[in-house]
Amino acid sequence: MDFENRRKASLILADGTVFEGKSFGAEGKVLGEIVFTTAMTGYQETLTDPSYCGQIITQTFPLIGNYGVNKIDPESQGSAVFGYIVREYCEEPSNFRCEGNLNDYIKNLGIVGIYDIDTRKLTRIIRETGVMNGAIVCGDFDRDALLDEIRNYREEPPVPKVSVKEKQIFKAENPKYNVVLIDYGYKFNIRRELLNRGCNVTVVPHNTTADEIKAFNPDGIMLSNGPGDPQQNPDAIKTLKELIPAQIPTFGICLGHQLLAIANGASTMKMKYGHRGGNQPVKDLAHDRTYITAQNHGYAVVGETLSEAVGEVSHINNNDGTCEGIRYKNAPAFTVQFHPEACGGPHDTSYLFDEFIELMNGNK
Amino acid sequence: MPLREDIKKVLVIGSGPIVIGQAAEFDYAGTQACRALKQEGLEVVLINSNPATIMTDKHMADKIYIEPLTLDVVKRVIEIEKPDSVVSNLGGQTALTLSMQLAESGFLAEHGVKLLGSNPETIHKAEDRQAFKDTMEEIGQPCIPSKVVENIDDAMAFAEEIGYPVIVRPAFTLGGTGGGIAETCEELHEIATNGLRLSPITQILVEKCISGWKEIEFEVIRDRKNNVITVCSMENFDPVGVHTGDSIVVAPAVTLADKEYQMLRTAALDIIQALKVEGGCNCQFALKPDSFEYAVIEVNPRVSRSSALASKATGYPIAKVAAKIAVGYTLDEIVNQVTGKTYAAFEPALDYLVVKFPKWPFDKFVYAKKTLGTQMKATGEIMAIAPSFEAGMIKAVRSIELSMDTLTKREFTALTDEEVEKKLFDVDVDRSFCVFEALKRGISIDRIHEITKIDKWFISKLNNLAKLEKWLSEGELTKEKYETAKKYCYLDSTIERLSGQKIADKPFSRKLAVYKMVDTCAAEFSAETPYFYNDFDEENEAAEFIEQHPSDKKKVIVFGSGPIRIGQGIEFDYCSVHCVWTLKEEGCEAIICNNNPETVSTDFDTGTRLYFDPLTKEDVEALIATEKPYGCVVQFGGQTAIKLTKHLTEMGVRILGTQAADIDAAEDRELFDELLEKCGIPRPKGETVFTEEEALKAANELGYPVLLRPSYVLGGQNMIIAHGDADVSEYMKIITSHELENPVLIDKYMMGTEVEVDAICDGEDFVIPGIMEHVERAGIHSGDSISMYPSRNLTEHIKKVIIDYTEKLSKALHVIGLVNIQYVVYNHEVYVIEVNPRSSRTVPYISKVTGVPMVDLATKIILGKKLKDMGYKSGLYRDADYVAVKVPVFSFEKLHDVDNQLGPEMKSTGECLGIARTFGDALYKGLVAAGYKFCDPRSGANPNSPDGTYGVLISVRDSDKNDVIEIASRFEDLGFKIYATGGTASVLNRNMIAANHVYRIHEDQEPNVITLLESGEISYVISTSETGRKPSLDSVRMRRKAVERSIVCLTAIDTANALLDCLEAKRNISEIELVDITKI
Repeated sequence: MDFENRRKASLILADGTVFEGKSFGAEGKVLGEIVFTTAMTGYQETLTDPSYCGQIITQTFPLIGNYGVNKIDPESQGSAVFGYIVREYCEEPSNFRCEGNLNDYIKNLGIVGIYDIDTRKLTRIIRETGVMNGAIVCGDFDRDALLDEIRNYREEPPVPKVSVKEKQIFKAENPKYNVVLIDYGYKFNIRRELLNRGCNVTVVPHNTTADEIKAFNPDGIMLSNGPGDPQQNPDAIKTLKELIPAQIPTFGICLGHQLLAIANGASTMKMKYGHRGGNQPVKDLAHDRTYITAQNHGYAVVGETLSEAVGEVSHINNNDGTCEGIRYKNAPAFTVQFHPEACGGPHDTSYLFDEFIELMNGNK
Repeated sequence: MPLREDIKKVLVIGSGPIVIGQAAEFDYAGTQACRALKQEGLEVVLINSNPATIMTDKHMADKIYIEPLTLDVVKRVIEIEKPDSVVSNLGGQTALTLSMQLAESGFLAEHGVKLLGSNPETIHKAEDRQAFKDTMEEIGQPCIPSKVVENIDDAMAFAEEIGYPVIVRPAFTLGGTGGGIAETCEELHEIATNGLRLSPITQILVEKCISGWKEIEFEVIRDRKNNVITVCSMENFDPVGVHTGDSIVVAPAVTLADKEYQMLRTAALDIIQALKVEGGCNCQFALKPDSFEYAVIEVNPRVSRSSALASKATGYPIAKVAAKIAVGYTLDEIVNQVTGKTYAAFEPALDYLVVKFPKWPFDKFVYAKKTLGTQMKATGEIMAIAPSFEAGMIKAVRSIELSMDTLTKREFTALTDEEVEKKLFDVDVDRSFCVFEALKRGISIDRIHEITKIDKWFISKLNNLAKLEKWLSEGELTKEKYETAKKYCYLDSTIERLSGQKIADKPFSRKLAVYKMVDTCAAEFSAETPYFYNDFDEENEAAEFIEQHPSDKKKVIVFGSGPIRIGQGIEFDYCSVHCVWTLKEEGCEAIICNNNPETVSTDFDTGTRLYFDPLTKEDVEALIATEKPYGCVVQFGGQTAIKLTKHLTEMGVRILGTQAADIDAAEDRELFDELLEKCGIPRPKGETVFTEEEALKAANELGYPVLLRPSYVLGGQNMIIAHGDADVSEYMKIITSHELENPVLIDKYMMGTEVEVDAICDGEDFVIPGIMEHVERAGIHSGDSISMYPSRNLTEHIKKVIIDYTEKLSKALHVIGLVNIQYVVYNHEVYVIEVNPRSSRTVPYISKVTGVPMVDLATKIILGKKLKDMGYKSGLYRDADYVAVKVPVFSFEKLHDVDNQLGPEMKSTGECLGIARTFGDALYKGLVAAGYKFCDPRSGANPNSPDGTYGVLISVRDSDKNDVIEIASRFEDLGFKIYATGGTASVLNRNMIAANHVYRIHEDQEPNVITLLESGEISYVISTSETGRKPSLDSVRMRRKAVERSIVCLTAIDTANALLDCLEAKRNISEIELVDITKI
């Protein structure tokens, strides 16, 4: 560790709080919504999770970068993350798969980083006041001007930025099913889980129409995770509404879960500081079992707003009781708020992909 | 569904005496469990032979049996109490094994008793080697491939199959003699041939060698609904090969990418589900550092040392949750006490790193092998919570009580670079310090990794400390340097020493630590349970917490006793916890500061607030600044807390209880002598010396034998009895080489009756709950002696003198609270040996037996109450209806090369208690509980001996030869065959005792003592020698052999007599009343 040549960086929150730290990764200035994740492993997966598009991520675990980075673990091409806040990053990582260190990695991805700040203090502020915008800036800055900028900052709808522009086709080794994966910013492991279960996967852009999707004649539709406020995606919601009568087996994750709920008349809300991490307990109400899940969302479906005729809440969060899953009655569809594809996080709910396969089987 | 309807009365089995490998963590787990069960309205019956625990305290259960943990006794307790269920998984291996035996024998079914926690099938699957392997195979979990073979060809074939390197472990050779690691088939041929030859049954185990793999642990919990969670992951600093109890451990695991982490986490969940554990379970894995290959090393279907550590590291109370699960609750129903908002069905998220550092007994056992391997050697441990590994290590070394504040070990600084590199190859207790020294010498991280196989992550972090220390030592101590060092939790005094500059001279101000909260959730939720650690950020969550919870109550800080080690064990935790309870009852806020993760005191709901930090001057200063207490209590935390008194007084903090100056008067030789003179109380004659010459002169003037010790000692550390000039010279050479600044004390050694007294004093009145008399005469450390209450052989006059002296001493020392005084009665005169103005080892058991709540009274007194207002009169309290005999327990089989001859230096790790109506019964119970075997030739032939005889081997020093005649004759009368070495044999034969002569080891002739000890015929060894300690000595080797063969080895004539009393009385445990101490 070089104790002497360290560059100054600052973190400024919309409420005026300033943290003095040091710069790593890309230099410069970045604005975004500051969120925190409590995951203790999987930082590379976090950095490449498109659901974090446009956000500045805080890691509550203080030691990040311990095992370096590699080319295999990313969950998407590049990164949509704007800024990265850690207590300490590891300069000399150690792992047999390590191909580089975190500093170089985020520098190459253009992510502005700050370290050596009290991330617990920051987390407690966010917990108490809710997520807010902020900025990381290297070197000196004009506090008032920057605060104005932060307060006026509005993020553009993020889904178009992270979704594929053209359809992509992935073939399974022994294909049994054809699945259309609507990409709102999907994590690679959703695709892998499907391919491993014998699904050919056609990844289509977020704005693909219902007719285009039906034209693929899919055995199932996978609605991916993705970033931002679900209400900012009217076209995607419209498409899902139109797909309901087609009665195609559908499995939704995260943003996909929220969009299908909206398409079915439910409403969503912005959470105070969301769920981000790998330790969220979720209860499967039908089976009275609790699973530990990976999560990353700042919005949630308001379970009570879902008409009983349309579907029922199948999973809830043990901690705050929020809706974590819906089983639909009006279509062969089920969705979850959490991430059964894990990466990073626990794999305890990967069986849901099996249930999706069964659903497709039953429909054949 | 919550509580099971069919459970009303539960038997909890404890873990027994503290031994290496099974220590205070089970008091913590057991206490949590008992409380959780009582909260549910269940009737709790407890059996545990360990009297020093909180668990066996009257508040903890409805019925408490401090009785030997043998199958027969547990069965009898079940017959008497008729519980409807037994909890199997909260009392360590002892309880698990007993539960298994109770279940397998059909006893439980017969009596309609349910086994809760782990069922017999689970225990069998986890404990039986083959069943475990089969189960793992069924669920696709890899084990370490191994095979038992009986010839060289099979060994070679198996090695080809699994690949080299392989480990060869010969069957039935102790300490792994004849085994080794083979890298090639040539090496295997040689090692296996040798191993087969050495194994008495010509059998070896060939196992895939995975040394150098990472060792990772998961603590897992499952309930009956099959909900499963992992509480914590842990990674060992030392790769596979070093017992996890002897390894530096960090939590959470740090060098695993999410893919590896989730792979092992999923494996752990699969394992606990396959074993159907209901409660906590520990899974240990070996992970190959250069691939995803792993193997399951071990699974413990119970709470363990690791679960205690995981509980303290995360704030998740595993034992409490396990107890609730055992009686029917599920994880989604049990509230997370820390947040009060969430449930037990979640996985803690940490926003700090925890470092566990073992405490080994080698500062005491200078001749013992310090190497580490698969046999655990640590007696205790400490935990440090910090924002980084570096800071965690710095906090850890200053908690471990080796007088260190950095990782620099003084003796390594004198080595050459080559010597340091060579030393890196030693896998021993100093390895982390050696790595640090190597880094300071510029030996590369790669090279260190190549030699030690320690993950480079850890090495490079230690290298950061080396770089930081170098940076500090160069040039001006700037604010930046100072603050960087503080972030790594260096003490100001350390920074000043390393930089050679004073912080007070600098233009910046010093930083005092602030506090962060341990909340199980990395600040995601606001927490309600106050558990803090210090670091050097700006926010002080403890101060904030105190502000948000205003209270008019007096705030009192209780300092704990640090790591469990020989001489300062669990009893001080008992005292600290009791003090806290009483403080709370008395309307105070009781704040605990301690660093031992195994104990009840560091359970976050024991005190009003818990600070998990080192117990040094600066750490304490920060705590005082934050808490601004009314006062501090130091007398219950052993020497660790006592040492803080001076600093606290200097800081202007009120000491509740005996004051610093008086503590000093008891510990400082000159002041103490003055005090004794003033009181007119005699002590054995003695002198203070600094050099070998002075020592020899003084010893000869006093007359041998003499007692030598450094001033300021604990647990008789470095204390010996010298019988001649050679002993004095050897001793002085060792002491002076340690560059100790304190002088050495030489006393005339009086071989009289040793008597011990604990008293409670309020400045006016004093109460002695009981006088304890030792079975062994003075010369054996009080902690290693069998102690009897009430005293047995003291005349009324002597008792009066003792009471009188106790009063005079406590008044002269202005004792407020507890005092412990040791006396020796020699030729009908009473002499004072030692006065400790603090709680002592004997307080828990005397409190339990006499019914005098000593710590509670002492705590009330330090708050200003008077004994007479609480209904106590000055003097000796009335004798209890029961006799109690405390028997020490040792861990010699785990510490190679430690001489098991008892002496003034304490060696025991724990103790058992026998309680009965008569002395004989109590002694017998105590000995049974401590594991003494009772062999009686009158009841039939010896199954282990070729000709069915029972033998006793006697080899004693000249001064014991007269006394041993009667002992030998008593053994002979019982039908034992007597064997003795040269001198002893001729004395016995001359006195008409038929002693068979056996040759000493070095005489190298048959019949030799070693052959005899291996024959299986010998039941008891009585061995004393004038000199001991050195492992190469003949007598030491003989005693070690007895330990290895699990033969009862007595090293004091008095102990042998006591044992004979029991043998002659032909006592049987099934005929002795079992005592529920809640009724005393």
